[in-house]
Amino acid sequence: MDDSLTKHGWVLVCELEDIVPNTGVCALVDDEQVAVFRVGEHELYAIDNVDPNAGASVLSRGLIGSLGERVVVASPIYKQHFDLHTGECLEAPEHSVRTWQVRIDRGLVLLGQPKR
Amino acid sequence: MAIKLLVIGNGMVGHKLLEELVARQPPGLDITVLCEESRPAYDRVHLSEFFSGKRAEDLSLVTPGFFDQPGLHLRLASRAAHIDRAQKRVTTADGEVIAYDKLVLATGSKPFVPPIPGNDRPACLVYRTIDDLEAMTTWGASSRTGVVIGGGLLGLECAKALRDMGLETHVVEFAPRLMAVQVDDVGGQMLRRKIEELGVTVHTGKSTTDIVDGESARHRMKFADGSHLDTDIIVFSAGIRPRDELARQCELGVGERGGIHVDNYCRTRDWDVYAIGECAYWGGKTFGLVAPGYDMARVVAAHLSALLERKHIQALPEFIGADMSTKLKLMGVDVASIGDAHGTTPGSRCYQFSDERRQIYKKLVVSGDGKQLLGGVLVGDAAEYGTLLQMMLNGIELPEDPEFLILPSPDGKAKPGLGADALPASAQICSCNNVSKGQLCEAVAAGATSVSELKVVTKAGSTCGGCVPLVTQIMKAEMKRQGMAVNNHLCEHFAYSRQELYHLVRVEHIKCFDELIDRHGKGLGCDICKPVVASILASCWNEFVLQREHASLQDSNDYFLANIQKDGTYSVVPRMAGGEVTPDGLIAVGQIAKKYGLYTKITGGQRVDMFGARMEQLPLIWEELISAGFESGHAYGKAVRTVKSCVGSTWCRYGVQDSVGTAIELENRYKGLRSPHKLKFAVSGCTRECAEAQSKDVGVIATEKGWNLYVCGNGGMKPRHAELLAGDLDTSTLIQYIDRFLMFYIRTADRLQRTSVWRDNLEGGLDYLKEVVIHDKLGIAGELEAEMQHIVNTYECEWKKAVNDPQTRRRFHHFVNSNEGDGNVAFVPERGQIRPARSNEKRSLRIPANVVTE
Repeated sequence: MDDSLTKHGWVLVCELEDIVPNTGVCALVDDEQVAVFRVGEHELYAIDNVDPNAGASVLSRGLIGSLGERVVVASPIYKQHFDLHTGECLEAPEHSVRTWQVRIDRGLVLLGQPKR
Repeated sequence: MAIKLLVIGNGMVGHKLLEELVARQPPGLDITVLCEESRPAYDRVHLSEFFSGKRAEDLSLVTPGFFDQPGLHLRLASRAAHIDRAQKRVTTADGEVIAYDKLVLATGSKPFVPPIPGNDRPACLVYRTIDDLEAMTTWGASSRTGVVIGGGLLGLECAKALRDMGLETHVVEFAPRLMAVQVDDVGGQMLRRKIEELGVTVHTGKSTTDIVDGESARHRMKFADGSHLDTDIIVFSAGIRPRDELARQCELGVGERGGIHVDNYCRTRDWDVYAIGECAYWGGKTFGLVAPGYDMARVVAAHLSALLERKHIQALPEFIGADMSTKLKLMGVDVASIGDAHGTTPGSRCYQFSDERRQIYKKLVVSGDGKQLLGGVLVGDAAEYGTLLQMMLNGIELPEDPEFLILPSPDGKAKPGLGADALPASAQICSCNNVSKGQLCEAVAAGATSVSELKVVTKAGSTCGGCVPLVTQIMKAEMKRQGMAVNNHLCEHFAYSRQELYHLVRVEHIKCFDELIDRHGKGLGCDICKPVVASILASCWNEFVLQREHASLQDSNDYFLANIQKDGTYSVVPRMAGGEVTPDGLIAVGQIAKKYGLYTKITGGQRVDMFGARMEQLPLIWEELISAGFESGHAYGKAVRTVKSCVGSTWCRYGVQDSVGTAIELENRYKGLRSPHKLKFAVSGCTRECAEAQSKDVGVIATEKGWNLYVCGNGGMKPRHAELLAGDLDTSTLIQYIDRFLMFYIRTADRLQRTSVWRDNLEGGLDYLKEVVIHDKLGIAGELEAEMQHIVNTYECEWKKAVNDPQTRRRFHHFVNSNEGDGNVAFVPERGQIRPARSNEKRSLRIPANVVTE
């Protein structure tokens, strides 16, 4: 891993090609589970992987879609939708999740810090 | 003031009276009900469905707990024998004496058995009660031929029952045509041709003089013209007679041809005694339909309540006669008779249309000035019934050329006539339950936006069902008027129903989601439309569901080819076709479950479910299952799941066919077929039905001659008995019909619509389904079979494919950047196996360390 990356708090988690377009994967970062989604070819989103509604680590396995203008993932357990931009749980806002910084660098997927 | 009310009779009308009274909750009413039969009220209108799989309890009209209410006493199998009006008491056949303040006679009718010598021989039956039907079934089992005496409405229904039992069926009618009361000569001829085409022999103008021992069958019927007919069963259906014997014996006054005289409040000449339903005689006639009977029940309920509440009596509803128009389906043939069907009104004119090729006959009777509709006859196609009936009942002025109301339109455009908008709010739409258009509109405004909801809220369409098309029309018009969206669009991304999307995919040969949404949708798609499209693509083209372009469409279950559980672990179900598994197979499953620490349970579909598998374990588990000879059970998919079976003739003393063999053959044919919802099958080796096939989407039951095919059953949330689609099939015809049935369902069902709900919403019902599947009415049977054959030919075990494909296999890791397992998963022991830890248990378990998997 490139040292300059870790210095700035970014962690390399995988190659872009490891994520099938319009699906997600789960990354382990400092003992935390982060769901990383690839929407279309080049758009990436990252949110907490644990679904607070079910208490299970499953959000990376949800179906990606759009509801109106929002890009969302549906939890595979009870189907609540989470806004990938904000982490908001549409059906139960009290069960919203954190979003994480994520970017692509030369075909690599880098995760930053959770946005508070 | 308290009233002791005694009701004699718990038929449809007698029971309606009880329902009306209970709903009004008048104070101080104590009701005793005498019911001659051993079971309380049931639906006689749909009696013939007894032969297409319905049980006595399915036909019951009694809501659970109804007779447990205070103030209601039901006595079953208790026949009233004598009325003492002076003492106001009734004696039962068992000698019990019951005092009353008010008495209601709801005794109904009895079948008329013509005084033909020999009419009391064994297997000479009538068709009125469930007991009668059971007698028909019993005799039918040892019979080859059956005759119905009487070609009226009930007679033809009865003929259908005999034919459904597989008997060679004849109808013998004294009059020169069938349904003499309701239809005219031309209509009667058309009806006869249609019914003869269905394999029933019709004899009209035949008078039976004698029934004696037969030569080729149990009986011989001798006719006045010297001819004869041998038959094993005879069912008399030559009309009904009011049950007025109690009234005669206590001198209540009866009509010339029977029936108890009543006034507009349904009171007899003794004002403490009412008569309602088929036993009542009003305005010179009796009423053999359920709707006028229900009207009478409502009148009496209002009258009794008023007495109890001491209300002013002038505003009470009165019985004012009834329209006797009817529409029904006889052996799949639509027949309707409206108002003055024979044109007996002086000065009336008539219009007729007949099409001998399509076997349709329609007739209108209009007033001399051409402005009012007086009556009509429809045979072969009764689509206009609702419109015509409303025009007649509401006196709506006819268009200038009324003939266009019944003529087919050359360009397929809608007919002139009346939209729902033309009807006044007061128009009675459902005559059985007296529901007006206004009430329907109110119910729509209050939120009932489907026909099934309207049925529940208003009861419209819940008795004979004849008004359902009109109810639907009114509902849609009202929803539109109120600005409610009437659409069945799948979701915001596709302005199409599932059925329409299916057609687009087929017709345009669309092979992937992106192509479909580019051409016909918008946005990214969602968790509604993606799995639906994935399922449609699989039903049409059967490509591997985890192929790159399909993978992102799959629900988590399909994406990981296993069933996700509440803690994010998965369950694994290998296929055990027909529930058959070798000892070695069982041992292998057991060893694998043990090795991976899985919780095991036997499923309802006769196989083994293994729970608690972590995602990264799935390919390892499946490698071992595959090498032990197992393949995917598709428990994760909206697909064909299992074919349950009983052990059948191979082992069982009672089995008549090899149910296990057929179950395995069916399961191997249809395994993995993707469909709008899951599909469950079962095959029973004899009529004892140990495989419970009648609760399945496809149920097969062995007969001496082959297989009976039942469809559209369900055992889940809303149980529904499957219905007999076809009987005594050989195995290849069985498979042919199942191919057609399944593909027709896959083509036309809504998203996540089980076959049971699909069937309940199918216009034309079971008869239509038979037309399509058996008689190929739509001319698509060949296509459907070819589509199914493609699926069968391209079947591959998804798990075999997945474990051998490195691209797919890579996805089965919990973390993309670590080989660790999900530390959030934890199990605790229970009854010698594992179960997911609850959140409080997890907190105490979490402390030691993360659980590490291989």
